[in-house]
Amino acid sequence: MSQSLLTVAPSPHIHTELTIPQVMRGVIIAMVPALLVSVYNFGLGAVYVTGLSILFCAGAEWAICKFLLKREPTITDGSAVITGMLLAFNVPSNLPWYIILIGSLVSVGIGKMSFGGLGNNPFNPALVGRVFLLLSFPVEMTSWPQAVATWSLDGTTGATPLGILKDGLRAGETVPALMQQMPSYTDFFFGFQGGSLGEMSAFALLIGLGYMLYRKIITWHIPVTMIATVFVMTGIFWFIDPTRFASPLFHVLTGGVMLGAIFMATDYVTSPVSHKGMIVFAIGCGVLTVLIRLFGAYPEGVSFAILIMNAFVPLINTYLKPVRYGRKK
Amino acid sequence: MKNRAFDKELKTFRLGGVHPQDNKLSASAPLAQLPLPKQVTIPIIQHIGAPAKVVVQRGDTVKVGQVIAQHEGFISSNIHASCSGRIGIIEEVMDSSGFKHLAVNIRVKGDDWLETIDRTDTLVEEISLSRDEIVARVMEAGVVGMGGAGFPSHAKIKVPEGKTIDTLIINGVECEPYLTADHRLMLEKPREIIVGVRILMRALGVSRAIIGIEDNKHDAIELFDEWLREDKQIEVQPLEVQYPQGGEKQLIQAVLDREVPSGRLPADVGVIVHNVGTTFAIYEAVQKNKPLVERVVTVTGKDVKQPSNFWVRIGTPVIELITAAGGLPESTGKVVSGGPMMGKAIADLEVPVAKGTSGILMIAQAETKRAEEYNCVHCGKCIEACPMGLEPYRLLLLSKAGQSEKSKRENVLDCIECGSCSFVCPSNRPILDYIRLSKTKVKKLK
Ligand code: SF4
Ligand code: SF4
Repeated sequence: MSQSLLTVAPSPHIHTELTIPQVMRGVIIAMVPALLVSVYNFGLGAVYVTGLSILFCAGAEWAICKFLLKREPTITDGSAVITGMLLAFNVPSNLPWYIILIGSLVSVGIGKMSFGGLGNNPFNPALVGRVFLLLSFPVEMTSWPQAVATWSLDGTTGATPLGILKDGLRAGETVPALMQQMPSYTDFFFGFQGGSLGEMSAFALLIGLGYMLYRKIITWHIPVTMIATVFVMTGIFWFIDPTRFASPLFHVLTGGVMLGAIFMATDYVTSPVSHKGMIVFAIGCGVLTVLIRLFGAYPEGVSFAILIMNAFVPLINTYLKPVRYGRKK
Repeated sequence: MKNRAFDKELKTFRLGGVHPQDNKLSASAPLAQLPLPKQVTIPIIQHIGAPAKVVVQRGDTVKVGQVIAQHEGFISSNIHASCSGRIGIIEEVMDSSGFKHLAVNIRVKGDDWLETIDRTDTLVEEISLSRDEIVARVMEAGVVGMGGAGFPSHAKIKVPEGKTIDTLIINGVECEPYLTADHRLMLEKPREIIVGVRILMRALGVSRAIIGIEDNKHDAIELFDEWLREDKQIEVQPLEVQYPQGGEKQLIQAVLDREVPSGRLPADVGVIVHNVGTTFAIYEAVQKNKPLVERVVTVTGKDVKQPSNFWVRIGTPVIELITAAGGLPESTGKVVSGGPMMGKAIADLEVPVAKGTSGILMIAQAETKRAEEYNCVHCGKCIEACPMGLEPYRLLLLSKAGQSEKSKRENVLDCIECGSCSFVCPSNRPILDYIRLSKTKVKKLK
């Protein structure tokens, strides 16, 4: 080869292999265990909802790029697939297709593309879609198919453990009495409970967390802090009055705490950039989740908590600087 | 009894850091003498500070070790003939950074050294010179920092007025992937380096020296530990493998847990750092009366036939090294002078080896392509990687927006240009390119 063809570019001359498509692929792989549990629990419903959601989200991004923004479609970065999966993970596994379509359009169209696409959206797109659906289709969004391994599309529906708890307490029952009607903690842990498609099994979600930590996709700061915050805070209330408040273990194993802490609050784009910031953010997510669960109108608060904290991220990023070298005061 | 180095806990710096692949392909290649080139082109400025003044003329005959350019002032450095022969043209040439500098060309004839230079391999342990004599000798020999910075070494062995130095740190980290020049030197010249350390200690008047070596160079740690068993003043500190541990500020933090305040020097926290290559050159200067006319250069790359470590005369064209290592691989897309993280890509293979040239790295075309750039996803990985605790993603945005004042407030001048941020960014953003731009602008603000 001739010398004149040598590239002259500034350093560094090497680059990590963990680029955006690799990161996204890693996150998708990390979600697979939770998806498998859902398929086991809900059968075809889980496959159907997840498949449609991915299709609609990726399709929406493609169409918006192509026809509205008139630029090269960005779906190859993989982030639309993740949004699709996360949206599916946050809805019941018997959701009708048109609701999924609306959810996908809101997630990608309003939640992400309207801000300029990947990297610019302040709110987690999947949560934007989910909350929109919750407010627009309250009935469909809270009729939870029960976790019975079935391959038919119409299983029985019922409430989630958190729903049973909230309704029971409203009706004047005590926590110990309500616990009698619910599956054991082991069942919760492995995913034999009612709920959103992807939040069933703490076990499966933790495998995903382990994988993402191993691949260095995320750090421990957000998931560990958020789960610990929920645990400690519900623990305090439980300690004060175990007849009115459920145990901390119940709170971290049911509902969306694991899913939220591991996959939603850790979204790069909508979480803080520094470790200090991540910890503050995760504490906020945990505290708000607990407040909504214990004192709010909804049985579950993870989505709202994360969305609210998303709004504080720019502020957190501005004020919580990393520790600087050589600038001790 | 002294603690063995292996019983010590591995240390490392506290902020940031990345782990690029080691690729120390030439680690087992012993130091070999590169055949003398037909001609050498010796740049007249190879150091930080005032350029030296040429004292030879075209047509003069010179011996190896003869001064061809005299230092001007204290922060400046002598330049010597690295080969014997006749002085050719003295003109501006492109150096490895792509800048034009005055250089002296020598048509090589024979290998005729100044008689005052001791060229034998005999180890001279006894240090007979006084503090000031050491400084003068090192200055005379034109020794500069060989880790790349090129700061005149004599200026770094004279304790600055009003400061006390308590610890000398010897940088044997070589954290750049691929490079093995310092590693080989440590393996083959441990006793000379140790004498060099003692010389430095005498000059600085310190009674404690720590040699920092990364854990991927087990053999070197072991060797130094063995030679230093009885020594009460010099110790070996094994370090975790992490880039950029060889950065002066990072090494001081790793070894002593001290931080050099922004805008200050290591001497302000009682520390002086010298690289092992420099320490060896100081040994030769003081004990052998030998000026800095040659150095070890690693020639390497994934497709290079014989990754090597050569003793090379200063001024040798890079192409000679490449030829000696088996020729330029077909696949080559980029040739880098230095390591892959901080080295400079060179366009012309005729550029000469300088005092600060630690390696020549050939990178395949396929690896040189910059991958597709995405929006910043605020993953925070650049912050996590930055050893100075900066926010590289923000500095890039500020640079793009031309916000020099704000960049300054965000401490952009603290950036040591280690490249960790660009290396780690999953969106392939050219962070450091923009930071450099911004630094130039901020410096002009003052
Ligand atoms: S190049 Fe500068 S900003 Fe980037 S990681 Fe290194 S010190 Fe930090
Ligand atoms: S590493 Fe790249 S994508 Fe991540 S925050 Fe820094 S600049 Fe943005």
